[in-house]
Amino acid sequence: MEFSYYPGCSLEGMNKAYDKSARLVSKELGIELTELNDWNCCGASAYMSIQELRAHLLSARNLALAEKEKKDLAVVCPACLTTLTKSNRYMGEDPKLRRTIASALKAANLQYLGTVKVRHLLEVIVRDIGEQEVKAKVSRPLSDLKVAPYYGCQFTRPFGDFDDKEFPVMLDTLLKWLGAEPVNFPLRAKCCGGMLMTTNEPVGLGLVKSLLDCAAQNGAECVATICPLCHITLEAYQGNVNKRFATSYELPTLYFTQLMGLAFGFNRKELGINEELISSKHILAKHVEAV
Amino acid sequence: MNALSEERSERRAHALGNVFLHAVYSIPGGEKIKECIQCGTCSASCPTSYAMDYTPREIIAAFRAGLLERVLRSNTVWLCASCYYCTVRCPSGIKLTDIMYELKRLGVEFGLVQEGAIAPVLSKTFVDMVDRYGRVPEIPLMMTVLLKKNPLGILKMIPHGLRLFLHGRMPFLPHRISGISELEKCSGAMTDALVSGLHPGSGIGEEA
Amino acid sequence: MAEKIGVYVCHCGTNIAQTVDCKRVVDYASALPNVTVAREYQYMCSDPGQDLIKKDIKELGLTRVVVASCSPLMHEPTFRRAVEEAGLNQFLFQMANIREQCSWISENKERATEQAKSIVAAAVKRVEFQESLDVKKVPVNPNVLIVGGGITGIEAALQIADSGKKVYLVEKEPTIGGYMARFDKTFPTLDCAACILTPKMVSVGQHPNIELLSYSDVIGFSGYVGNFTARIRRRAKYVEEEECSGCGLCTEKCPVSVPSEFDCGLGKRKAIYRPFPQAVPNVPVIDKDHCLYFTKGVCKVCQKFCPRGAINFEQKETYTDLQVGTAILATGFGLFDASKVKQYGYGRLPNVITSLEFERFSHASGPTGGKILLKNGQMPTSIAILHCIGSRDTNFNEYCSRVCCMYSMKIAHLAHEKTGARVYEFYIDIRAFGKGYEEFYKRILEEETTFIRGKAAEVTDVPQTPAEKGKLVVVAEDTLLGIVRRVPVDMVVLSVGFEPRKDTIETARIFSISRSQDGFFLERHPKLAPVSTASDGIFIAGACQGPKDIPDSVAQGAAAAANALSLIDRKEVTLEPTVAFIDEKSCSGCKICIGLCAYNAITFDETKKVSKVNDALCKGCGVCVAACPSGAIEQRNFTDNQLLAEVESICATGK
Repeated sequence: MEFSYYPGCSLEGMNKAYDKSARLVSKELGIELTELNDWNCCGASAYMSIQELRAHLLSARNLALAEKEKKDLAVVCPACLTTLTKSNRYMGEDPKLRRTIASALKAANLQYLGTVKVRHLLEVIVRDIGEQEVKAKVSRPLSDLKVAPYYGCQFTRPFGDFDDKEFPVMLDTLLKWLGAEPVNFPLRAKCCGGMLMTTNEPVGLGLVKSLLDCAAQNGAECVATICPLCHITLEAYQGNVNKRFATSYELPTLYFTQLMGLAFGFNRKELGINEELISSKHILAKHVEAV
Repeated sequence: MNALSEERSERRAHALGNVFLHAVYSIPGGEKIKECIQCGTCSASCPTSYAMDYTPREIIAAFRAGLLERVLRSNTVWLCASCYYCTVRCPSGIKLTDIMYELKRLGVEFGLVQEGAIAPVLSKTFVDMVDRYGRVPEIPLMMTVLLKKNPLGILKMIPHGLRLFLHGRMPFLPHRISGISELEKCSGAMTDALVSGLHPGSGIGEEA
Repeated sequence: MAEKIGVYVCHCGTNIAQTVDCKRVVDYASALPNVTVAREYQYMCSDPGQDLIKKDIKELGLTRVVVASCSPLMHEPTFRRAVEEAGLNQFLFQMANIREQCSWISENKERATEQAKSIVAAAVKRVEFQESLDVKKVPVNPNVLIVGGGITGIEAALQIADSGKKVYLVEKEPTIGGYMARFDKTFPTLDCAACILTPKMVSVGQHPNIELLSYSDVIGFSGYVGNFTARIRRRAKYVEEEECSGCGLCTEKCPVSVPSEFDCGLGKRKAIYRPFPQAVPNVPVIDKDHCLYFTKGVCKVCQKFCPRGAINFEQKETYTDLQVGTAILATGFGLFDASKVKQYGYGRLPNVITSLEFERFSHASGPTGGKILLKNGQMPTSIAILHCIGSRDTNFNEYCSRVCCMYSMKIAHLAHEKTGARVYEFYIDIRAFGKGYEEFYKRILEEETTFIRGKAAEVTDVPQTPAEKGKLVVVAEDTLLGIVRRVPVDMVVLSVGFEPRKDTIETARIFSISRSQDGFFLERHPKLAPVSTASDGIFIAGACQGPKDIPDSVAQGAAAAANALSLIDRKEVTLEPTVAFIDEKSCSGCKICIGLCAYNAITFDETKKVSKVNDALCKGCGVCVAACPSGAIEQRNFTDNQLLAEVESICATGK
């Protein structure tokens, strides 16, 4: 199974661990990820808030480069997923947009014919790899580690028809395959606020607090994330939440690929877990052998 | 307000409404905005509407009343976190999140944003960085925004930054992609296409 | 011998004359070959106008008539009748539409006049090739088939049976009564549903002219108007209907309890059961899938105790053919599956129920004996009723389900009466359109029901404040205030919309009727013919045609009955002769036409190896005519000669 890999800007910065762990577990599962050469930022929400057409152009260049490789595009960030998929779809539905972008791409001798599919790594693993093959790689089950599966907004909304838009279950399924126990987490697809933490901290903190409250109330020992922005929002601001709301949260936050890596037998350093801001040592010691 | 300025402000409201509607129609499925039955599902689904001056539903009501300007000048549009709940639940199939993006663009284009709002600055800085490097390094992004809006806030961020640095999560230099001039060429070609009328809608008057 | 054609150009007041120069058209027509006379008149459809035609036929011996006026849909029958009255076959008449297709779409008088001339010339050329045709008259079987024994079917059945005709009432369930039997009270009168329904049910059961086939389905339907054959499957009840006295001892003794469908799974029934105590017929049926005898070969307690020896485990399902002249479909509706809208928590959160489930709770013979109770057995102190679930929503059903506002208010009343709870209604619009409906709304307001204008976005059990702990929180924008509200309640009732039944597609196929875009059966005309279908002799009534309340369902049931009786009392129906016919010599036996015929009107003659059209079933749609690769099929009154003549004339004269 081959994909062009699109890490996204946030994996180069503060979330290298996600990139590391994603590559490791993909290799283990036989998913060949070849980083798309010279990919540019997808633009995410911010670019689209200022420029509509240039935002589509950013996606189109990535899609054109991927089409040259004749492989589908695997992403690990739902914002990249949504942004690239939106441009992909809208160009497909709107001939005027398609023509405008096509004529722009021509200036760099690029073209995009609409054949690339953009997919999130979680969806590839659960649907294409499947239970048997994942379970076969689990040498060190997570023995009932209680995990709050946090999907965030843009995994299934608005284009993710592969799972439910209100209560997705794909991550829960994967966690069970790893031997962990996904707890009941009704706020699984509720917004963490994302960039709002920077632009309107009180509102952002309120959203994060609800998520932490819900995870804690349902007995979660840690939170599993599938989005780098959700990850950093949940992890780095627990202190601020505590200050503002007089709580005392110290909930470890791990990428789903890190949890997979642990189950597959990799160590903390290999998976970048040693870079975490909130220590997961104690919970992992309880549930995962010799880590 | 005297009669002349009233007339001017009415014309301005009318013009703004027209530009907005025209742009919304160019989004696939955008014309669904006409079918809003003001049910309020969007507002109640929105995680930040409680903090908004105008709820998502009220935006469409305000547009219908020619009062879009006051919505743009409020805190509303930049509180949108693009969670897409409104879009997937709207019974009339209105793509409200895309409409929010359009409102953000309009606000920036016509200088109609809330006084002191950080979000537009963040987005504009983001765009600058993408245009310059092709990728967005997070720390320089944060630093630039803070410098512009809240220099003293940098002091608050130092403990965060230190933690990140100690955990090995601070990137250093921004990576400039080789295709950056390629992107510039494409952008240029697109502006020409717009001028020659290939694609109507916002994007004309590119400089944000 | 050359034909003698009369051409009549109508002014239609100013509708035609204002744009078309009728005199010029008349002059032009007079000069056409074989035109004996050409006249103009103000209103050709009026008596004097028609008399012009009749006089000319009699005095000038006209053999063909062309009237240039409005659309044939308006007055073709009028002129055909006039022509027949004068002794000329009605199919030797042709209409030229110079109104809808000419004067009404043109502002340029010169062009319109030229166009009118062209249209008239084409009709004149065509009519020469037309031939006399005789309408066929077939007798009408006075028996009526009614499918569905809910309130609509019951109404139709009683009306027709009372007129002396025989009714076969086929009902899928073991008893008639439909959904109405499951309701507690009905709006706006708050009549007890069972109290007003059961007398009618008893009348049906006892009526000498109604043959009730319960626990049965229609599996085949063939024939043509006035002469249909319906194939009925009578499922095995394993109880002999004639022997059973309805004493209920078998039900008492049966050891097996399963969830009751009648109670939406909230209560229990036995493996041998009557859906409810006042069932008609009052005969239980055995549920094979749960009966211990059928599943494990043991028990038979019901048979042991039955004083009349009415239990018969050897009973087989039977098939019967019924000969009827008309059919009325009153198959009713289904309800939207609320679990599709995950954000309301139906099936996930306790105490989120549907409106029908509330009815069953409220009903005196329901699973809780008429008490509204939460899962923990306590009474709710606050109830939220959420409107428009699955309706007015492009993600589910786009249409408005019409009755939900009213039944939601009824539920508010029952909730208030039985529990004293604080009742909230979350709505987008209040639709209280019927007689006494707005007054009922006022009454519910007087009972201090809290109406919040805002569609509920979600129901959550995740509390944000201490007051919300242990409660269901309804999140909605109070749009009249512009504030998003979180309202904690004990119980949430989802007002689910009506939907077409799941078997609607199958039923439509069996009866060869169409469905509209929303999936309900398609009426012939939404305003002028709401209970007829495009298939003569087949009528629809009640909720199967679209969501509606009891008064409208009963009205439609009676209307369908009237339609059926009107057809029956005519004693015979006229079949249009403009049907397809096959030239056996040209037919190659390819059978392409047979598969294309939507009315199953073409059969294959194995001996001659050619296809044959059944005149009575053929609707004259023309599909087979177009499809036949050998050109062996033509349609009477639309033959190749006629159509080509028209086309050639237009091409020669048209501008």
